[in-house]
Amino acid sequence: MSGKKLFIDFAYSLGAVFFALLLGGVLIHLSGYDVREAYLSFFDGAFGNVYNLANTLMMTIPLIFTGLAVAVGFQAGLFNVGGEGQLYLGALASALAALFVRGLPPVLHIALALAAGALAGGLWALVPGYLKARTGAHEVITTIMFNYVGILLVAFLVKEYFKEPGRADQTSMIPASARIPELIPDSRLTWALFLGMLAILAVDYLLKNTSLGYEIQAVGQNLPAAEYAGIDARARMTVSMLLSGMIAGLAGSTMVLGVLHRFINNFSPGYGYTGIAVAVLARNKPWGILPAALLFGALQSGGMSMQLFARIPMDLMTLVQGLVILLVAAPALLEILAASRRRPKEVTPDGRDPDGHLQHQ
Amino acid sequence: MGTDALRMRGITKRFGRIPANDAVDFTVAKGEIHCLLGENGAGKTTLMKVLFGLHKKDAGEILLDGRPVEISSPGDAIAGGIGMVHQHFMLVGRLTVTENIIAGREPRSGFLLDYRRAREMVREISGRYGLKVDPDARVEEISVGQQQRVEILKALLREAELLIFDEPTAVLTPPEVQELFGVMRRLKASGKTMIFITHKLKETMEISDRVTILRDGRKVATVETARTTPARLAEMMVGREVELRVARPEVTRGERILALKDLRVKGADGRYRLNGVNLEIHRGEILGIAGVEGNGQLELEEVVAGLLKPAQGRVWLGAEEITALDPGAIRARGVAYIPSDRLRRGLIGSFSAARNLILGSQRGRAFAPGGILRHRRIEEEARRLVADFDIRAASVHEPAAALSGGNQQKVVIARELSRRPELVVAAQPTRGVDVGAVEYIHRQLLKMRGEGKGVLLISAELDELRALSDRIAVLYEGRIVAEGPSGGFTEQELGLLMAGEGK
Repeated sequence: MSGKKLFIDFAYSLGAVFFALLLGGVLIHLSGYDVREAYLSFFDGAFGNVYNLANTLMMTIPLIFTGLAVAVGFQAGLFNVGGEGQLYLGALASALAALFVRGLPPVLHIALALAAGALAGGLWALVPGYLKARTGAHEVITTIMFNYVGILLVAFLVKEYFKEPGRADQTSMIPASARIPELIPDSRLTWALFLGMLAILAVDYLLKNTSLGYEIQAVGQNLPAAEYAGIDARARMTVSMLLSGMIAGLAGSTMVLGVLHRFINNFSPGYGYTGIAVAVLARNKPWGILPAALLFGALQSGGMSMQLFARIPMDLMTLVQGLVILLVAAPALLEILAASRRRPKEVTPDGRDPDGHLQHQ
Repeated sequence: MGTDALRMRGITKRFGRIPANDAVDFTVAKGEIHCLLGENGAGKTTLMKVLFGLHKKDAGEILLDGRPVEISSPGDAIAGGIGMVHQHFMLVGRLTVTENIIAGREPRSGFLLDYRRAREMVREISGRYGLKVDPDARVEEISVGQQQRVEILKALLREAELLIFDEPTAVLTPPEVQELFGVMRRLKASGKTMIFITHKLKETMEISDRVTILRDGRKVATVETARTTPARLAEMMVGREVELRVARPEVTRGERILALKDLRVKGADGRYRLNGVNLEIHRGEILGIAGVEGNGQLELEEVVAGLLKPAQGRVWLGAEEITALDPGAIRARGVAYIPSDRLRRGLIGSFSAARNLILGSQRGRAFAPGGILRHRRIEEEARRLVADFDIRAASVHEPAAALSGGNQQKVVIARELSRRPELVVAAQPTRGVDVGAVEYIHRQLLKMRGEGKGVLLISAELDELRALSDRIAVLYEGRIVAEGPSGGFTEQELGLLMAGEGK
């Protein structure tokens, strides 16, 4: 990937965000609200003071993981839509490891709970990955189905076996030794932020510097060429789904261990799905995930305070989120349309266009 | 010859900043066959698309029969008596030959198409120019050569006086090429003027009266065919002296390196694509496989490379059977493979040239001990290969998709031949590659032969096969229909065998 193209992609995403905010302003105005007041309370709510910033970052963390999960799958040409289910599996596994393993020192206890979450999320993605590699079952369908199965399975397990006495469907609180420490006192922002960055770093390293990463990308970019090179495409697909699920599982783990300190049924406002949007905005580049997740975290926390203080419905910020996705995804759509309409240029003697596709019949 | 049928003066056409045609002058005399010769990207097709109204020129003027004309659409061109036989036929497969030819000029009786009269029109015009077609056959059911005739008839029915043929021989078998040339000569005898776009020297020498050579969007020269030679034309095309036929020194034939025994491969439709193929290649030998594409060549290359598993039969590399091995294992045993579809199989377009140069070696001690890619080593190797194999790239970090076709092919060849293979499978190694690069690739294959490697050369170019191969086998409908020393076949014989009409 050349630096120039990276810069263009970045500028494009930035432009899309800008235009989405602009259009959102128009819509806020049309809905009869004061645009200035709306955006002032939005920015104040997202970044206005340390506490608000911490809150934004807290909401960013799960999106880093779920966004990265989608990006990793995409490198092997797989669209993992199952982040939400994998997140719930990871969350419950981490809560159980935190609750039932006792007597470990804090760092080890946290590590164990994280590992349990990653493992559970990974296994939940491994099944669709394996089905794809062996039978060709489309991963979009299977991962969506696995979301339902996973979320309901987890809800069932909690209700039936791990429920704390009381009305809410939730486990009891996890011990202090398994809680990820706060980064800023009296906020819910924890060291999990650096865990997210570490995950990005690891994925980036894997893709750029390892044989496995090379092969995963080869499979994603050009499957016939990967086969030609002797790469076991099925194994690489399966591995990348496993990795993707592990990362999505960690999103649930960090919520349980850092923010909620217990498992609560239906705790996620759709982090798994928002992760898809984050990956699209980041164009599946590992380091692009960080600003993209931050943006969506800010829209979330800023939108909340906009609703709270300016009495402007938060739905308008959800709308801005949608506009961002539309504007980022639209050029990709345009490119596809342009490519299909492009006339064949100079042609080689066997009737192939310059890209090597057979033109005649 | 009277007035010129066509004069194009100072034609300039830019795509972005780059001129595809730079002040090109092009004159065609009435009643001649004029070749427009140049490498891929020289601007031949652009010039003709300007003439046919498919591209808008940025500068210059066009005169037909001495009168200046403004051509801004194919409709204008057709009205001016210009017909184009496109390389990709503009035909409707489901319709009959008659319906395709008369489309847009239908004779009517009331609201309905008068099919009987339409058929008569087609009969009349095909009889007049000796272009035999079955007016009632559906286009999708007739051969490519016949489809081309339908295209020509379409242009003739629209009273074209000046016919443009865009690389018409690319899709034809050698006998079909001869038939086309016969048709062109008859058209010439009846007074038509023709422009023949090509990059093939032999065809140029055979059919044309005059030749205009384009290079890098500029006109190099217009010469009379009778007063030039293929070598001179090649030099003008490439811009330097080119050896058209590389010498093939004597090499002693060594032990057997590849053996195929009774190989059968089934296609998706259940029919055999390879139907009992037996072949042997020895060290220091190039075995050429002649054949029209689609007669089992793709299956042959992929079976040897391990990408396709035969339904029956065995493949031996040296003394070891490799029939059941996967592509990676076969590669590791010293089989280099230049695939016919380089962009689909041989390269990853979005990867840099350097990354593509290690495709297949992305694991292992050489470039990734312990599974960690050693970027400096990879880059050093890439720089070495770029220099050794004369690959023109802005840098080794440039994506493969951004390279020209010839340079992409050189990346594949550099990678495959630099691995010290025992056997080289080279499928259509010079397809779509410029004349200068062709010479280079031929030298490399002969070098491998000289070093005692075996080479399986699959090619649709008879000249290439005859120049390089020690032995030639002809593949027709999945069977080897003839095999022998390359000197034992004339070009005519090979052409007939490829068309299934051999002895």
